[in-house]
Amino acid sequence: MTPARIANVGIVIVSHSPLVAQGAADMVRQMVGDCVPLAWTGGNVEGGLGTHVAGILMAIEVAWSEAGVAVFVDLGGAETNSEMAVEMLGPARAAKVAICNAPLVEGAVVAAAEASGGSTLARVVATAEELSA
Amino acid sequence: MRLNAADLTALIGLCREQIEQHCERLGRLDSAIGDGDHGANMRRGLEAVYRERDAISALPLPAALERIGLVLVMSIGGAAGPLYGTLLMELGRGLAVGEEEADFAAILAQAVAAVARRGRSGPGDKTLLDVLYPVQAEIAGHAAPLRIAECARNAAQATEMMLARRGRASYLGARSIGHEDPGASSCALLTRAICLYFKENAPS
Repeated sequence: MTPARIANVGIVIVSHSPLVAQGAADMVRQMVGDCVPLAWTGGNVEGGLGTHVAGILMAIEVAWSEAGVAVFVDLGGAETNSEMAVEMLGPARAAKVAICNAPLVEGAVVAAAEASGGSTLARVVATAEELSA
Repeated sequence: MRLNAADLTALIGLCREQIEQHCERLGRLDSAIGDGDHGANMRRGLEAVYRERDAISALPLPAALERIGLVLVMSIGGAAGPLYGTLLMELGRGLAVGEEEADFAAILAQAVAAVARRGRSGPGDKTLLDVLYPVQAEIAGHAAPLRIAECARNAAQATEMMLARRGRASYLGARSIGHEDPGASSCALLTRAICLYFKENAPS
């Protein structure tokens, strides 16, 4: 793990489908390689379609960066569960996590590209959210 | 309202039984306007609480409710996990800071408001809130347990004619009308189980 990698904003992908989440993560990796912390979670605790808080918490831990973490979600439950997970990090760490209002795949790829250049969390989020503007 | 460990263990068992019995129906309601997993998700949640029932019941009531909320959050998944979880955790927190004679209706109102914030929704959106609001009002008016249960059932049924404004059912637009909301339905079932227990076992 190089210092540059640690310094960059991390990316978390949360989908109801593990296949979608992993696929989106693959596309991010193709774009930025290892220079951005990245994790994905998808499916419920039984491996079916859905999302769950423990999986999201773990993904945030894996992609953790002191520069912050940008989270991308697909449908409603993914967002509600992600908000719950972020709250459970406690106020200090929660302040460094943003759930982005952006399309899952495009948002994550664009955000990762921005993050790979060392941008701040606010800049990474703004770039991704421009997609929905 | 005072609940001891035996009450809490019994209530956990009754809630689990109620969801188990109606699991398929909740799944069918959810299939009509959502992703079909509400019954299975609720069952997973109640089973998780049931497995921990002895440890939970040994806690003081506020801590027990918070713990139940956390277990539900971690096990239900979907949007229902954070919504039911928030309700129970906020109830627990409210009771923890309250006085001995804390007004349960007021604490419930706070917890329901927290659920509304969590789901970014309000009355008439075709969600479990459409059961929680009238139930809270009945409790504030000191209604008898059976009346509260009946109110919950009627309120759940009334979601049938509502247009969904939150959750996946909202993607269906007008086609969401004519189906009872599964979250409202599970909420009425749980309310009923709890009310029946109070009718049989509690003086108030």
